[in-house]
Amino acid sequence: MENTRIEFTREMKKEYTILTPNMAPIHFELIKNVLESFGYHIELLRTTGREIVDEGLKYVHNDTCYPALLSIGQLMHALHSGQYDLHKVALIMTQTGGGCRASNYIHLLRKALHKDGLEFIPVISLNLSGLESNSGFKITLPLLRRAIAALTYGDLLMLLKNQTKPYEVEPGASDALVRQWIGKLTGLFEQNKAFTQREVHAYFDDIARSFAQVPQRRVPKVKVGVVGEIYVKYSPLANNGLEDFLFQQGCEVMVPGIVGFMIFKVDNRLEDIRLYGGSQAKKQVCTLLKWYFTKFEADLIAAVKKVPQFTAPSPYAHLKKLAGQVIGYGCKMGEGWLLTAEMMELIENGYENVVCTQPFGCLPNHIVGKGMIRKVKSLYPRANIVPIDYDPSATKVNQENRIKLMLAVAQEDGPAVSAEAVPAGV
Amino acid sequence: MRIGLDVGSTTLKCLVYGEDGAPVFQEYERHFSQVPEKASGMLDRIRERFPEAARAGLCISGSAGMGLAEDLGIPFVQEVYATRTAVKKYRPGADVVIELGGEDAKILFLSGAMEVRMNGSCAGGTGAFIDQMATLLGLTPGELDSLARESGRTYSIASRCGVFAKSDIQALLNQGAQKEDIAQSILDAVVNQTIAGLAQGREIEGDVVYLGGPLTFLAGLREAFDRILGVRGVCPENSLYYVAAGAALSPQIKEFDLEELTGKVRHYSSGRRYQSGMALFHDQEEYEEFLRRHEKDRVGTEAPLPEDGVAFVGIDAGSTTVKAVAMNAGQEIIFSRYLPNAGNPVPLVREFLRDLYKRFPHIRVKAAASTGYGEEIIKNAFSLDMGVVETIAHFTAARKFDPQVDFIIDIGGQDIKCFKIKNGAIDNIFLNEACSSGCGSFLQTFAGALGYGMADFAKCGLFAENPVDLGSRCTVFMNSSVKQAQKDGASMENISAGLSVSVVKNALYKVIRVTDAKSLGRHIVVQGGTFLNDAVLRAFEKEIGQYVTRPSVSGLMGAYGAALYAQEKARGEGSSILGPQELEGFTHEVKASTCQGCQNHCRLTINTFANGARYIAGNRCGKPLQKKGAAAQYNLYDYKKQLLESYTPQKGGRGVIGIPMGLNMFELYPFWHTFFTHLGFGVQASPASTRQMYFKGQHTIPSDTVCYPAKLMHGHIEALLEMAPDAIFYPCMSYNVDEHKGDNHYNCPVVAYYPEVLDSNVTALSQVKFIYDYVGIHRPKDFPGKMQGILGKYFPKIPLREIKQAAKAAYAEYGAYMQRVRDKGQEFLRLAKEQKLPVIVLSGRPYHLDPEVNHGIDTLLCQCGAVVVTEDSVSGQVEKFLTGVLNQWTYHARLYAAAKYVVDSGDKRLNLVQLVSFGCGVDAITGDEVRAILEAGGRIYTQIKIDEITNLGAVRIRLRSLFAALGLGE
Repeated sequence: MENTRIEFTREMKKEYTILTPNMAPIHFELIKNVLESFGYHIELLRTTGREIVDEGLKYVHNDTCYPALLSIGQLMHALHSGQYDLHKVALIMTQTGGGCRASNYIHLLRKALHKDGLEFIPVISLNLSGLESNSGFKITLPLLRRAIAALTYGDLLMLLKNQTKPYEVEPGASDALVRQWIGKLTGLFEQNKAFTQREVHAYFDDIARSFAQVPQRRVPKVKVGVVGEIYVKYSPLANNGLEDFLFQQGCEVMVPGIVGFMIFKVDNRLEDIRLYGGSQAKKQVCTLLKWYFTKFEADLIAAVKKVPQFTAPSPYAHLKKLAGQVIGYGCKMGEGWLLTAEMMELIENGYENVVCTQPFGCLPNHIVGKGMIRKVKSLYPRANIVPIDYDPSATKVNQENRIKLMLAVAQEDGPAVSAEAVPAGV
Repeated sequence: MRIGLDVGSTTLKCLVYGEDGAPVFQEYERHFSQVPEKASGMLDRIRERFPEAARAGLCISGSAGMGLAEDLGIPFVQEVYATRTAVKKYRPGADVVIELGGEDAKILFLSGAMEVRMNGSCAGGTGAFIDQMATLLGLTPGELDSLARESGRTYSIASRCGVFAKSDIQALLNQGAQKEDIAQSILDAVVNQTIAGLAQGREIEGDVVYLGGPLTFLAGLREAFDRILGVRGVCPENSLYYVAAGAALSPQIKEFDLEELTGKVRHYSSGRRYQSGMALFHDQEEYEEFLRRHEKDRVGTEAPLPEDGVAFVGIDAGSTTVKAVAMNAGQEIIFSRYLPNAGNPVPLVREFLRDLYKRFPHIRVKAAASTGYGEEIIKNAFSLDMGVVETIAHFTAARKFDPQVDFIIDIGGQDIKCFKIKNGAIDNIFLNEACSSGCGSFLQTFAGALGYGMADFAKCGLFAENPVDLGSRCTVFMNSSVKQAQKDGASMENISAGLSVSVVKNALYKVIRVTDAKSLGRHIVVQGGTFLNDAVLRAFEKEIGQYVTRPSVSGLMGAYGAALYAQEKARGEGSSILGPQELEGFTHEVKASTCQGCQNHCRLTINTFANGARYIAGNRCGKPLQKKGAAAQYNLYDYKKQLLESYTPQKGGRGVIGIPMGLNMFELYPFWHTFFTHLGFGVQASPASTRQMYFKGQHTIPSDTVCYPAKLMHGHIEALLEMAPDAIFYPCMSYNVDEHKGDNHYNCPVVAYYPEVLDSNVTALSQVKFIYDYVGIHRPKDFPGKMQGILGKYFPKIPLREIKQAAKAAYAEYGAYMQRVRDKGQEFLRLAKEQKLPVIVLSGRPYHLDPEVNHGIDTLLCQCGAVVVTEDSVSGQVEKFLTGVLNQWTYHARLYAAAKYVVDSGDKRLNLVQLVSFGCGVDAITGDEVRAILEAGGRIYTQIKIDEITNLGAVRIRLRSLFAALGLGE
């Protein structure tokens, strides 16, 4: 297949709308606003429904992972909606450059466009690996700094919302607070504020305090952690509104954030050098970047810890230590050892019930998800982990049924019966 | 009074406890998806029986009861949880509960850490699976169970998916295997599926309890579980009612006014909406116009046979039906049969011929041909003149109805065949191999489950207003989609119409994978029994947006095509087909035996017929047939295997290293063998893969959807553990050797990290030295230093100098090995050119070399007369080029290069067949790209999906069709 990539040029930046598939609703909203403050026109797609899946099935190989199918389906659906001038739109797709299929989403998207005779639409690769570049879309240092701040804000808002919403006296109060903060932060970003380390530190405290002030009725709830393939874990479109379902079932939910994943991706390069050898210059850049991310994470944890009612996540370094007990640090494709570590950290942190979400046939998840459950359970006999597959035809009723089963076990296995806990039969 | 109601996927059960806590009433019935009617009826009977109880506690459980419970405010408990409550009460000492239901399979581990396992997205090994298999054998599940007791031997049947199992069974039936043996094999398959899919590494031992319908009703199934697990399980009294009991015992139970509640249940219709599509027909008028249009594509079926008696016979022994046709010289059908294939096609064909001869005593059969799955056996049994690949048979028949035909789609019982026609020849073939979603047998099974015949079932959807949108995927998944739709209140009519639509969507979007249904062709002929259903035909026309031709003999096209083919190829003299007398003395004997030709020990079925003709089946290679194709010696797969075998076990002073012979070891063994022997270690590989080895390791497989080559690793590790070397070496490798053909040089995640899975799930590995550290052979300079550190963890320190030398030798040997493969490949290509032989670049991964993985497809190709070379023998000839995907995996880069090599050669005799392991996510990407490269060069892309299935029938058809399409002889 001949392959001439259409670049996103500087001229296009002025008049083109960039259509963006959605993944983590809070984070992406913030990122979108950051990009807009840099002069890009962004349309964050919020479409849902069966049509998205159908479009995906039509344009990508049906055995391709569900995240690719959905994000490409969402983009193609938007292109076919008639709402956009096809000669004035561009598409954007992330590209990690890792050894799993996800690095190929962008190519699958281009193939889809090609099939439809739309190959003139530029597709921007959002990556930090230097895989593809565009003159009209540059990840500059100021942009990167703001984006990192935005992601951390997203992590904090998601975390606090999840810990407040199940207890709120007035339904909707936590969601409203999230919206309020997104608005406020966006305004600040536009004024070039709220992204330096010092400001972030201060705003984190403000955010944590504001959530603490939401009137709440603290009753014991089943605590559920969610880990998994990054898209399925966050995207309600992919996981059939998992967070909301768990809320309805009377649970408190913890979904580990994106910043940890970013640190993980940077740290991988250091691990590669440690395991197989490599250049010192690369090592220094990565060490610096890792240090930068880690500072944000530390601030986030500190801010949450100031409010005793909230559970703060553990720092990356601790997760890495946990993972080291069961899996090698070289295991880096997809979510790699981080996914296993997240399960362990959640269990340690009181979220003993874990939903491990994965697209049907996700290769890394065979290893780090389902493959590691046995070891995790032997370390934490009380762990109650349920792997759930998501794909175009997996039905909600089956998924919910399995989650309900996990919850039934959780309710019965409440703290009172801990004396019964015996080492797992290994 | 406490009532527990268990609304399962197919049945409804209730258990009532009286005031004293003793059970007073119980009932069990199939609900045929009419949950409100049946449930309210059941409540009515409870009220009749206990008129004094105006109020009673009620709690619902079961997968199909959730919606009902939620909407009516009745408490609901998850069914596994309910089971557990009941087991705690009635079998307090139980360690493990195995519960099989209509569409669910569950294992509860009660002692030790409590764990619950349910079947996920796969319905293999459930009651529905047994029902489906019984239907295939023309038995009831009960009959199947008792038949199994008479079995003398078993076959391995893929149990993961009903679809695979079906094709395995079909092949066995067509080979003449005994029904009782197949019955037992089916039960064993259910057990194996339960162990592999659900136990996932945890031992089933201690006090085992069997619950649920299949285990209650089928004693043979319980015995199979006992035998394979080595336990003595118990099926307690009331084993059907444990879920209902658990619901009744639930603390969540709530009291209701019974009369009021019964009324509510009766009038319950879910307010939920399901996804729906467009109606098939709006009114009768539209339907009649449609019927008139299709009326014109007719051929006579009751035509007379002229005086001279000249006739031609075509027989299509298909997967679920046998079709047979006799026609006169004017190509009109004089006699035909369409019979369900209840296992053995031989007596059916005999019956057909008998009737034919009786009806037309003056008949003179001039030529006869067979086609379909049973082509070989029928040809041998009745001395037909020729066999024809089914694709060609169908094309021949379609051309009769529309000479300009450019696209044919045939939806049969369990297969879909589509072909594009270009310039009067078959240009591209799509067969469903790994998947029978959207085939007739699904409609049939589903209709049966709901108490209908298939035709009636399909018919009732014709005027449905809001057909359910069931999506397009695996039939097994469709079961749960239907369940959901039922829960959301979809009527039978709408489900029927929805199923017809999804059959079509599956064919279009899953099998043919069209993006634009309008681009299929301009002259489309549809055929196969499934299209006799107007609903399916209409759904198809609607989906592709144009009218198509459906021949009146749509279901007979294979046979009709075979007859036409026979006429076309007939030589002067008459047919060798058995005449009336010979038919009277016809006998058919089946003998089972085990081939001793090689270590595969294939189980053979030997069919012997009265005329002395023999037909052997079950063989994976040509050895038992004692015939060798001309090109059998040009098989690069054989050469590679020989090369690997030349790295023999070694002894060494530093200890013996055991290496599992699977996945990337199929390529890196020369490297590691050399590396370790140079260091003074002994080296030993695990033995060649076998099915038995797989079974040995299957209980430790944590993910049942991972590819078969990965699953086999569990068996190899078990084998190594028995061999007890000093250490087992199987490193993790994110990166592979950089061959500079792509953008990066990764391994796929499974190849890269499978050792982690083994370490985590094979407990015995913690007792031995299992070296699975992360190794980077992609950096030869850093390799020795890093390796020194790794080995230092397990053995006394080895001087760096020695490691450097060993590494140097290892890299050199690896390079030499690859060079030998390339050289031999070039030699074969040259020989092929000289002898004008067709060549297939059989492309996959190094581990597709494993005969247990490739099922002898390489040999099959050789039997078809082709020279077989590997992708890695030609990929080196291609310069790096730009691909339409991120070319980041070493093994996969070779696939793209091999495709490019084929295109660039300009040699039409050189073609590529890609082997793809089921569950390989990466191949969703590579397959498309290889296809794109080949098709851009005007070449045919052929993909063969392989799994633990051993049925080569479908593969053979596919390959023969490919050869036919390429115009290359066998």
